[in-house]
Amino acid sequence: MPISTGHYLVVSTALLLIGTLGVLTRRNIVIILMSLELILNAVNINLIAFSRHFGNVSGQIFAIFVITIAVAEAAVGLGILIALFRNKGTVLADEIDLLKW
Amino acid sequence: MLDAVFFYTFALLTLGGAVLTITQRSAVHSAISLIISLLGVAGLYLLQQAEFLFAVQIVLYIGGIMVLFLFVIMLVNLDEAAKQHQFNKQWWLALACALVVGAEILYVLAKGSGAFPLPPQAQPPAGMGNTELISVSLFRDYLLPFEVVSLLLLAAIVGSVIMAKSTRRAGSQPARENS
Repeated sequence: MPISTGHYLVVSTALLLIGTLGVLTRRNIVIILMSLELILNAVNINLIAFSRHFGNVSGQIFAIFVITIAVAEAAVGLGILIALFRNKGTVLADEIDLLKW
Repeated sequence: MLDAVFFYTFALLTLGGAVLTITQRSAVHSAISLIISLLGVAGLYLLQQAEFLFAVQIVLYIGGIMVLFLFVIMLVNLDEAAKQHQFNKQWWLALACALVVGAEILYVLAKGSGAFPLPPQAQPPAGMGNTELISVSLFRDYLLPFEVVSLLLLAAIVGSVIMAKSTRRAGSQPARENS
C-alpha cells in the first residue's frame, strides 16, 4: 500500500488530538505551551501534505507563516509565564484562580 | 517500499514523542521528548519534498524554540510542581472529548473521500529547486503578508520583554502595572 496524502492526514489528526489532550489535561503551564507547539505542527503537516499533493508551493509559504506565529506565541507565552511565576509563585494552571468565585 | 519504511518510522517518532511529551512528569524530559517529536515532523517534511521547511524546522524549532523552553524551565523553579499531581481533575472528560473528536475526524476522512475527489498527485515543476520556488512565491506573491509578519514579530519581541522584565523597583517608587 503506497503512502498517500491520507496517511499524512491521519498522522496530523493524531498529533492534533495528542496536543489537545495535553492542553486540556496537564496542570503545568510549560507543558501546556509545548502541547500548543504540537498542535501547530499538526497543522503544518496538513499544509505540507496538500502542498505536495497539488504541486503548489503556497502551502509551504503558509507553513512558514505558521512557524513564525509559533515562535511569537512561544516567546510571549513564556514571558507571561515568567511574570506569573514572579507574582504568584506557581506554574500550575488550576492554582491561578483569581477570577473564580 | 523504502518510502513506507521511512514514513512509518517518522510517524512513530512524531506520535511517540508527542505522547511522551504530555505524559512525562519532569518538564525537562517533556522538552526532550518534544525535540524527538519535532525531529519526526521534520522527517515527514523531507519525505514530502519540502527541503527548505525541513531546515527551518530543525534550525528554528529545535535550535530556537526548544532552547527558549529550556531557558524558562531553568528560570522557573519547577521542582515543586513536579511533586504534585500532573493531570487536573477533568482529565477523563478531556480524554473522552478528544476521542470523540478523533473518531469524528477519522469518520469524515474515511466516508468523505468520495465526496471530495482529489486529483492525482501532481508532479513538482522541473528545473527549479524547492527553496527557489518558495523564495519566488514568498517575495512576489506573498510580499505583503511577509512584511506584516515582520511587524507581528516586532510586537512579540516588545511584548515578551515587557512581560519578562522585573517590575519591582529598588526605590520608593511603587511598582507600576503593565497593562
